[in-house]
Amino acid sequence: MASTVTPSKRAPAPTPKLNYLNNGHTLKSWLLTTDHKRIAILYLISVTVFFFLGGFFAMLIRLELLTPQGDLMQADTYNKVFTMHGMIMVFFFLIPVVPAVLGNFLVPLMIGAKDLAFPRINLLSWYLYVVGGILISHVMLTGGVDTGWTFYSPFSTEYTNTKIVEAGLAVFIAGFSSIFTGLNFIVTIHRMRAPGLTWSRLPLFIWANYATSLIMILGTPVVAITIVLVAVERLFHLGIFDPRLGGDPLLFQHLFWFYSHPAVYIMILPSMGVVNELITCFSRKRIFGYKFIALSSIAIAVLGFLVWAHHMFVAGISLYAALIFSFLTFFIGVPSAVKVFNWTATLYKGSISYATPMLYAFGFIGLFTMGGLTGLFLATLGIDVHVTDTYFVVAHFHYVMVGGVLMGYLGGLHFWWPKMTGRLYPEAWAKLSALLVFVGFNLTFFPQFILGYVGMPRRYWQYPPEFQALNVLSTAGASILAAGYLLPMIYFVWSLRYGKIADPNPWAAAGLEWKTASPPPTFNFDETPVVTWEAYNYDEIPAWERRTPVAR
Amino acid sequence: MASQVDALYIYLLMVAGVMTALIFLAVLVLAIKYRRARGHHAQQIEGSTLLEITWSVIPFFVMLTFFIWGAVIYFKERTPPADATEVYVVAKQWMWKIEHMEGQSEINELHVPTGRDIKLIMTSQDVIHSFFVPAFRLKQDVLPGRYTTLWFKATRPGRYHLFCAEYCGTMHSGMGGDIVVMEPQDYAQWMAGTAVAPLQETGKQLFSALGCATCHRFDVQGRGPNLAGVYNKPVLLEDGRTVIADENYVRESILNPTAKIMSGFKPVMPTFQGIVTEEQLNALVAYVKSLAQSPPGTAGLQNQPATSPEQPQKMQVQ
Repeated sequence: MASTVTPSKRAPAPTPKLNYLNNGHTLKSWLLTTDHKRIAILYLISVTVFFFLGGFFAMLIRLELLTPQGDLMQADTYNKVFTMHGMIMVFFFLIPVVPAVLGNFLVPLMIGAKDLAFPRINLLSWYLYVVGGILISHVMLTGGVDTGWTFYSPFSTEYTNTKIVEAGLAVFIAGFSSIFTGLNFIVTIHRMRAPGLTWSRLPLFIWANYATSLIMILGTPVVAITIVLVAVERLFHLGIFDPRLGGDPLLFQHLFWFYSHPAVYIMILPSMGVVNELITCFSRKRIFGYKFIALSSIAIAVLGFLVWAHHMFVAGISLYAALIFSFLTFFIGVPSAVKVFNWTATLYKGSISYATPMLYAFGFIGLFTMGGLTGLFLATLGIDVHVTDTYFVVAHFHYVMVGGVLMGYLGGLHFWWPKMTGRLYPEAWAKLSALLVFVGFNLTFFPQFILGYVGMPRRYWQYPPEFQALNVLSTAGASILAAGYLLPMIYFVWSLRYGKIADPNPWAAAGLEWKTASPPPTFNFDETPVVTWEAYNYDEIPAWERRTPVAR
Repeated sequence: MASQVDALYIYLLMVAGVMTALIFLAVLVLAIKYRRARGHHAQQIEGSTLLEITWSVIPFFVMLTFFIWGAVIYFKERTPPADATEVYVVAKQWMWKIEHMEGQSEINELHVPTGRDIKLIMTSQDVIHSFFVPAFRLKQDVLPGRYTTLWFKATRPGRYHLFCAEYCGTMHSGMGGDIVVMEPQDYAQWMAGTAVAPLQETGKQLFSALGCATCHRFDVQGRGPNLAGVYNKPVLLEDGRTVIADENYVRESILNPTAKIMSGFKPVMPTFQGIVTEEQLNALVAYVKSLAQSPPGTAGLQNQPATSPEQPQKMQVQ
């Protein structure tokens, strides 16, 4: 790894300046590093591995669903496949991806700090993630799990013979990785901001990661406890969830969603943070309504803890509980809508260019809008009864998680790639992949909204033949989507060696991370920056075309 | 009900469609109008509190209409009419067992007449399942250890898909069947096809076979409460609480008798957990419910039979 990311080999750079990448080439210098940027790269590699693993399972699902009969694999195999797809994508990709890769790399850089507050805990986070990842891979290779990523009791506690405890342990361990990351970010953002960088001058990406960290440290312990309860129930039959022993199966769902609903915001908030950076840079504008976007992140983090039972409207909760949770769920629609409106308003009277990161930001707005609005359908009690646990829900959360999170992540990765590697990616290929992702995504998941409303339940290995046409469309879309995801993988690796050398600020972007070298030196800044300006001061930064002609 | 859900769905689709179109259009128009290639220089705008408030408050009130309309439908869906025909449903990996009050039972099929309110009283023998009929726009999870209910009134004869919507293991996707909606006369004919004992009769036989009748007596005060007229009445518990003796209470009292002891009685009843099957339990519950409609007790000591539903029933051990 170390040798491939080192740009010095072919680069015609006159002076091979010491940076975080060429500061040590041994495997040890990577595996024992405490440099947040190197840890971000370690995360980048590991989440990418899990993304493609999860994607492989997604392709298996789509292939099986090409025909109404269960013909590609056995029912049990299919159940294990969608379980692994969900577990890997949720716990080992979507939750860590933006905070652990982009957040790790950028939080110290954006606030003018040398590193995170606890560099060794940061490394420990990555190791915990890896141990969890190895454990889940072990589970996958030695029989798998067939409960779905939701682990519903009493199926998970009494009825399945698959590796629940081991899989739970994997999630438990990975959970601590996210607790430590959250802790690290909160302390860092509170204590290590550069002089003059007040809260109201912070980039909104920092606000988003701060809000995310709050959820990580408050929510993740609850899922950890829930997993312990499942394991204890399974091993010792204590009667926590089993009604025959006086337990309550709904208790599991309450505990599980108390974490897993806020977890959705762990996934989406950092991506929303990325979008702020992209929209402002490529419109050359201050963000419209800074304070409202910042506060909406915090509002989402807080309200996110008050809506969990909207997953349970047909689960057997009381009528009045359902009414209250439905009502509260509409509240969380407001801060999400506020963000979308503000991004749109930021474009007004800007000077907009269509570089790849901006295309992803547009994609994010479009797909998140559709994901968010269909969320309102699900919050509406009378509709939820019909569409919950159908493909409507599957489509909805893929619009938010894949449409939203991945669009933000890919946009951010393109945007900061020159900073991370010192190289530019090939713009034309990147534009093509952005287009493929957008088209492929909609073709895959839009038909699923219709499938859900006409009644196809989720997690079905076989289905009545009248649902086939829409399933075929969806599978066709998935193959385009897969191409859209493979392409960046190829040209990013290619660019490490052959990409144009990036200058410190190829986008003429605001933000402290652009004021240091690309790639940055190990301690980020030669001297601690002093901030005297507001975030996104694009009026004070010369426009792009009057600077470097790269990456147009 | 289906048409009401569809009406709301169309309303939501229209609002969501307009919103999506507005945002897409706004992004598209702004992105083209202010593109860099046209030589635009950005004009800095800080924001506008008035706009922020506008686009927070207006969507909120629009969403409030979603909430209210959705809640009204949900309220109806969750409130079965008192005189609905009851049908018991037992879900198990991986089949639906249906028990009609008349005694007929069927598997993976539910025959109902048009125009009649049907209330399903459902429980699961193992894991959580979900009774889902897309044509009725209805779904209700079916849990082990308790009853959940679902009601509907079918209007058009035909066969409609029944799916299990809560993942329940290997053959989850095979746990389906049909709701067969028939004209009332066809239904009567179907019902008359086989002669079987009504559910409550089965329950009555179980009631004496299991020895319930030795303590729950109708003539003299036994060690347990007289069950005539108990169903659906408030019951005063030992700890001072009052609960309604609904299906779930009767069920719990059979499986876990000490959980909610009726005031004045001792926790002497053994559990029937593992002794009665879900189907037998349903029969027992159906029997206890039938006692509320026609109290059988001859003479004897009917200790304060609940005369008014407001008065919690209190019984004394003699």
